[in-house]
Amino acid sequence: MTTEATETGRKPKAEGVGGGIKTQINLPWSKAAQIAMNSLKIRFWRSMITGAGIFLGIAFLCFSGSPILISLFQHKLVPGPDLNRQVWLVVMALLVCTVGIMNSMLMSVSERFREIGTMKCLGALNSLIVRLFLIEALFMGFVSSFGGWVLGFFAVFLVRWITLGWAGGVTSLTPGIIAGSLVLSVLIGGALTLIAALLPAQRAAQMPPAAALRTEV
Amino acid sequence: MSATEYIVRTKDVVKVFTLGEEKLRALDGVNVDIRRGEYISIMGPSGSGKSTLFNAIGGLDKPDSGSVFINDVDMAQLDAGELAYLRCHTIGYIFQTFNLITVMTALENVTLPTIFAGTPTDDGIARGMELLDIVGLGHRYHHKPSQLSGGQQQRVAIARSLANNPSIILADEPTGNLDSKTGEEIIALLRRLNKEQGVTIITATHDYKMVDVSDRVIWIRDGKVEKIENRADIQLSIGGMAGEAEHLAGAAGVDAVG
Ligand SMILES: Nc1ncnc2c1ncn2[C@@H]1O[C@H](COP(=O)(O)OP(=O)(O)OP(=O)(O)O)[C@@H](O)[C@H]1O
Ligand SMILES: [Mg+2]
Repeated sequence: MTTEATETGRKPKAEGVGGGIKTQINLPWSKAAQIAMNSLKIRFWRSMITGAGIFLGIAFLCFSGSPILISLFQHKLVPGPDLNRQVWLVVMALLVCTVGIMNSMLMSVSERFREIGTMKCLGALNSLIVRLFLIEALFMGFVSSFGGWVLGFFAVFLVRWITLGWAGGVTSLTPGIIAGSLVLSVLIGGALTLIAALLPAQRAAQMPPAAALRTEV
Repeated sequence: MSATEYIVRTKDVVKVFTLGEEKLRALDGVNVDIRRGEYISIMGPSGSGKSTLFNAIGGLDKPDSGSVFINDVDMAQLDAGELAYLRCHTIGYIFQTFNLITVMTALENVTLPTIFAGTPTDDGIARGMELLDIVGLGHRYHHKPSQLSGGQQQRVAIARSLANNPSIILADEPTGNLDSKTGEEIIALLRRLNKEQGVTIITATHDYKMVDVSDRVIWIRDGKVEKIENRADIQLSIGGMAGEAEHLAGAAGVDAVG
């Protein structure tokens, strides 16, 4: 695939008539954040659907991973068929979650290739485009993962209450366990979302605009 | 020739598309010189290379060889930042398919280039409203493209192309998706911008009505410039276009309606 010149790699050039050639300004992060948030807002329902993919994936992962996490915090992680089964479940959940998030993000970014081409025609720098998708993805990833964690952990809470009772099941969910699962959920969800958004966004931003405008989704 | 007489020059521009084994020379050594303030139509049959030339002149695609000069600066020498500046400030693009951003309102679409230019938000909005008024859509500023007709969308696109006061407007079949009456309105609008604001207009077109307002017509065929005619030479009378189209097609020997 052909790409354009990079923004950092300056080539020596003959100066044009009437002095130097002007270069495009870099918008500040605050402005980029404003554009990105607006972009999420104006496609609210589309964003919700994409977010739902992340949300469900993380909820599932959080729920499936909780037995191991709890054993880990209680120092009761003993090798055996039980653990094997739990690990297996987490690996499957992680896989489902990864595929789900990748799928929803890849879709939502690829259907915007033309928009990326259009923005480049209107003077957007590649770095701005990547930045916009980065901010959108971070926001989507964190918010949806947080939501997913709330649902997943609530399910853990309910299941333990019902099966183990309040005293043994719920009281053993220490702040450390709650915080640990929250951090893990948000980190995994955020990272997967970010990767899945940035790879196609970067690729589209580096295409010549004519190529990006030609893409059909 | 003064240094700034020509706003756009192309020198032996070649663009080759590789389709499997086959190599297709979509542009095969194109040389054109366009003066500041001219209204140029690029005509030719379908597949002759008009859009490819549009992309090359606009810096939207790199030619395989040859050079495009904008204001005497070789575009191939520009880095990405300078290229972005050129797209933002020097050239306004109008596409056959409008290429508006569908989730944005008319006003947001028109304002977008001012955001990239770093214009303060309020000034950008004021500019956007002013331009929408110019194209006669001030009252529809909050409508999304899907709520506008094709002609109205194209007028939004024209307003957008003017956002940062470009010195060149590049239009690829701006009337291609429009009925003939709406097409005439768009042509009149482009002509007005050309006359009143001195914007250089370069349009690829199939539309013979365009010839009527052009200073020069560049005929291309199979990726080569076939001939360049001044309007005076084409000897068109204003109006009565229906007959002229046939006359032209015959005179030019080009099946330009493809
Ligand atoms: N991305 C591409 N890949 C392969 N071939 C292409 C590509 N773009 C254009 N071509 C080919 O290059 C030639 C010129 O195409 P171009 O789009 O410039 O024609 P055009 O004059 O704009 O036609 P039309 O009036 O139908 O828009 C055509 O034969 C086309 O098939
Ligand atoms: Mg074309």
